[in-house]
Amino acid sequence: MNSGLAIETRGLSKHFGRQAAVDHVDLAVPHGTVFGFLGPNGSGKTTTIRMLLGLAAASEGTVNLLGQEMPGKLHDVLPRVGALVEGPAFYPFLSGTANLHRLDSASPHTIPATRRRRVQQALERVGLEHAAGKRVHAYSLGMKQRLGIANALLSPRDLLVLDEPTNGLDPQGTREVRNLVRSLAHEGTTVFVSSHLLAEVDQMCTHAAVMSAGKLVAQGPLAELRQAGSTRLRLVTPDAGAARQVLAGLGMVPDPPQAEPGQGEPAQPDGGTILAALPSGAPSPAVLPEDVVAHLVQAGVRVRGFAVERESLEDRFVALTGEGFDVAQ
Amino acid sequence: MPSSVPADIPNTAGTALPAAAPRSSGLSLLASELRVLFGRRRTWALLLALAAIPVLIAVAVKVSSAVPPGRGPAFLDRITQNGLFVAFTAMLVSVPLFMPLTVGVVAGDTIAGEASLGTLRYLLVAPAGRVRLLLVKYAGALAFCIVAPLTVGLAGAAIGAALFPVGPVTLLSGGVVQPSEAALRIVLIAAYLAVSLAGLSAIGLFLSTLTVVPVGAMAATVVVSVVSQVADQLPQLEWLHPWLFSHYWLGFGDMLRQPLAWDSFASNAILQAGYVAVFGALAYGRFVTKDILS
Repeated sequence: MNSGLAIETRGLSKHFGRQAAVDHVDLAVPHGTVFGFLGPNGSGKTTTIRMLLGLAAASEGTVNLLGQEMPGKLHDVLPRVGALVEGPAFYPFLSGTANLHRLDSASPHTIPATRRRRVQQALERVGLEHAAGKRVHAYSLGMKQRLGIANALLSPRDLLVLDEPTNGLDPQGTREVRNLVRSLAHEGTTVFVSSHLLAEVDQMCTHAAVMSAGKLVAQGPLAELRQAGSTRLRLVTPDAGAARQVLAGLGMVPDPPQAEPGQGEPAQPDGGTILAALPSGAPSPAVLPEDVVAHLVQAGVRVRGFAVERESLEDRFVALTGEGFDVAQ
Repeated sequence: MPSSVPADIPNTAGTALPAAAPRSSGLSLLASELRVLFGRRRTWALLLALAAIPVLIAVAVKVSSAVPPGRGPAFLDRITQNGLFVAFTAMLVSVPLFMPLTVGVVAGDTIAGEASLGTLRYLLVAPAGRVRLLLVKYAGALAFCIVAPLTVGLAGAAIGAALFPVGPVTLLSGGVVQPSEAALRIVLIAAYLAVSLAGLSAIGLFLSTLTVVPVGAMAATVVVSVVSQVADQLPQLEWLHPWLFSHYWLGFGDMLRQPLAWDSFASNAILQAGYVAVFGALAYGRFVTKDILS
């Protein structure tokens, strides 16, 4: 019955009016992974999570959570899932402890006899035991965020869905969440973390998927995602014109001359830095960086500097989702 | 020897996680709902405001000269002779507006309040179950409908006893009952009013599933109760009157007869049950399919 996937969606779509907020998403989250769910604001991450958890109905497609169909098997699946959805939300007039008691008693599957102890442990796990008696009204955003994570940890879980878990946390708190996620993953919990912060995903995830404008544009192990990005070379030479010809002869497309950082004017056409993507096999034949240098030297191009740069995850992210502050439409 | 295995051992083939644990009853959530409802300051403020009505009436009667018979609300002229009439007067006065107002606040807040706080999504992910949550929320509103008239009645009896003499009460039918029996009648009237407000609570619950702005649902509920009472006053709409949920609201005088007349209580209960069924079904239809986007 179990396909080995903690989360599996097929053709998952959500339309609001004519607009598709989520458009045929096929997610595959293997068991035991820390899965980063990346995408700019408005790319459909939270809507997808709402459909995963049965809060919103899918317009099209299916969701399987822990091998069981959602939302049909909601009552069997959700007790095994801890969730933080679109920020923490609590009763401001209740204390942190009272809030957790309330949310824990909401499920008919939890055991009342162990509630006090489980609430206490969850609060300790996120470092909130000292503020447990305070009203949530007096909590900072970071404290609420911690309380939200504590709520997700009230019972032992097979899957944690954390939507922007480090939002509002200070660097210390961010590191604590990262460590917490790692230790949970170590215990065998699958963690599905949505984020728009690349560094966060880079540091804590084993797998990732990238959303853009409602579509899933990439997913897989993090290492593979990085490799899918191109490698490029940076060449510093006074003979830029000749160098461009050599590179073009090897099937590369050098970037147009750019202003050097720190310099006001564009570099001289005959000197400066040239950037070019290194063909990785397709469509043009693969070129090894050492061959490029040999060709340049043979052509009499004076080389001042030569470096091979692997595209960072951030470059890859921008390449997949587009640049700028425009919220995806 | 497989046959010796007790049948009630949960199937742990998959995992030994909470899913395998037996489901407890829904009482935990109901207890939590009542604790939150009656623990929050707003509910206390509403009940205090209701309790202030008999106090205001009693003090006003005490400091003014004797009320001429036939002026002001029914029973008002009898207060100086018998303090228990403060309770009857206050309940009568609060039925048209004050009680629907407080019930509107509580019933309108049920789902929309959770939605606006964002706690609705966490309750549902817990998972509370949508039907179960709706039932618990309605039960909470009903609990308030029971407590609100009791508050007015008991506060009235208390302040009346404190400021005026208490003696045998002459009922509407002319009979006389002892103060202890009269106290029972106060509780009966409170029960009558609790039933009266059940339909309005169901309307409030339904309106509350339509919005994430609790104030909107509260105001709409109160407006509905006012419209119903206005319609009940228009002779042109006479055909409609028996169907209005507020039609029997002021019929609790029957609780002050000897012997007790249960006709209006029964008609009222049947009418309210109809409203609960219709608006409960509407709330159910709306809430189980609703996308929780707040």
